[in-house]
Parts: sequence; C-alpha cells; structure tokens
Amino acid sequence: MQTVETEFGRLDVNPADLMLGELLVTDEGAEVEVVGLDPLRFELAPEEAEDWGE
Amino acid sequence: MTAAGVALVYDRLREEERLLMAAFERLGVPHQVIHASQVSLELGRGDLPPVVLQRCTSQWRGQSLAHAYQAAGSVVLNRPEVVAVCGDKLATSAALVRYGVPTPRTAVAVDRQAALEAAAGLGYPVVLKPIIGSWGRMVAQARDAAELEALLEYKEVLGGPEHKVHYLQEYVEKPGRDIRLFVVGSDVICGIYRTSEHWITNTARGAVATNCPLTDELVHLGLAAAEAVSGGILAVDVVESARGPLVVEVNHTMEFRNSITTTGVDIPGRIAAYTASRLELVA
Repeated sequence: MQTVETEFGRLDVNPADLMLGELLVTDEGAEVEVVGLDPLRFELAPEEAEDWGE
Repeated sequence: MTAAGVALVYDRLREEERLLMAAFERLGVPHQVIHASQVSLELGRGDLPPVVLQRCTSQWRGQSLAHAYQAAGSVVLNRPEVVAVCGDKLATSAALVRYGVPTPRTAVAVDRQAALEAAAGLGYPVVLKPIIGSWGRMVAQARDAAELEALLEYKEVLGGPEHKVHYLQEYVEKPGRDIRLFVVGSDVICGIYRTSEHWITNTARGAVATNCPLTDELVHLGLAAAEAVSGGILAVDVVESARGPLVVEVNHTMEFRNSITTTGVDIPGRIAAYTASRLELVA
C-alpha cells in the first residue's frame, strides 16, 4: 500500500491492483475514477448519467 | 487485443465485476478484462474474443459495444437486442404484454393531454417512469391529475426526446416489498425479497434484501419474462398484487452483491459457468 497524491486529495492504494474504471474516495472526500494506469491518472468520478443502471 | 476465452467488458468497476473476475479465476475459465474505453472495433474485423460478457453501467455504451462485438462474430451476453428491450421500460412492457406475461397495466402517450387521459383510464394513483433509467431514479407517483400534470411539465422541460414519451403504470399496492428473480440462461437460480417502507423497493434506495423461496409460480414467471425479452442473464422484478405476481421490469446488467449471502447461491459463479458454457458453443 502506498500513498498517492492526486489533485483531489490523497489515496492509500496499491497501484498494481488498480483497474480502469475503479472508483475511490480520497482523504478529502472526493470520489475519483481511475482513468489511466501508466502513468496513474485520476479524474473526479462523473455524476450518474440517465442511462446508467443495471 | 488477445482473442482468448471470455472478455469481461465493463465501464465502472463495481463489486459485481470483481466477483465475476474471481469466479472466472476459480472456475479456471480463460478470460480477459477490458475497460470500455480501450475498445475500438471495425465491424466484422479483428481478432476478437469468442465470448463477451458485457457489464457496462451505461446502457448506450454497453449496447453499442454489444452490437460491435456481435457483428464481429463474438457471442455476447447479453445480446444487444436484449439490452435494447430491457433498457427501455416501454419496450420491456410491450414484450411482456406480447408474450402474455402478467404485468401492471401500462399506458403510453407522447402528448401531455393524452397522458392525462391515459392516467384517467388507468385510475389514480398512477406511477410515472422514465423509459430509460434504473435504480428507481425519477420514478414518481401521482395521486391525481393535478400532480400528474405538474410532473409531466417538469419532465417535458428536461430535454431529450425520451422525456417527451410519457410512460404510465397503475399503482400496485404491494406488501412493503417486491421480489427480484435472478435468471441465468434457462434457470431461475434464486430470488430475494426487497423490503422497504418506501413505495419504491429498490436496494439502490435502501431496501433490505432477504431470501425469497422459489415457488413453481415464480420460476414459471421468471422464465416467461426472460423468454419475452429473448433471454440471457437477467434480473426479473416482480410485485405481489391482488391479482397475483406481476413483472414490472427486467434488468440486463444485474447487480447481485447483496444477494449472494442472502440466498446462499453463488450468483457470480453461476453467471461465470453459464458464460463459459457459451465458449463450448463456439469452439
């Protein structure tokens, strides 16, 4: 486990275990999505869209 | 892209997708995991996976990719035709009615006044639902014409052609719960009650899941609903009414994380095994 700094706050993660599309919450309470693995990139998770569902 | 075994295609990584990956591992099913953003396909070309388990949260994204993979010759679960029907409540209702599956009385109108007339025909209260959407989002109950007219007005100004179609259902008095049946291929593998004090009994909105013992009637109903939408891996939602169980919707990318312990059924394992069985068909 290592601490990763993002522009939305810190994450305690194992970078090798992360997957695209994974949602995480930073120490500042921001929900972020993994959008790149090499290099690691995060964006704020998008708001729920109308066509989302099960 | 390596064409081997099953491809699990997803966009948001939910607990369900992790459980499915673990199930494929456990069963020794060759598989790869593909994020939707990594997919670009020329239709009918390429070295593609023989079987695709499509698990996108976005209906349009999933349906589009399902079309592309299917056009290229992959066996896709669920097929794009199934996604199209299940992702559209009106299309689902039409399929259920066409196949004679018991379902709440449903009306459709593309004009506000016509919707009010349709609601009067159903009798108040009525339930107004978006034709696209899930998790109980934007589902509203109108107790009388004034409430319905206000809801219709709000809906019409939301924009988007889908909001110009008004989908109305009779309000069904239910015993504080509904039933979700999990269908995998030709089997209803388990069911849960979803209990809530709210009239929308969706676990995404806090309903509590408990095991629902399967009866012959429920199994028959679940399979009939699945057949009506052309089958696959599905969750069939049922309400218990005075005139018997009624199918309200069928979900094509079902969530099940809260139902494994509740039912004692290895739902991801059953889905993975069924998906792997498709590999034998294309071998």
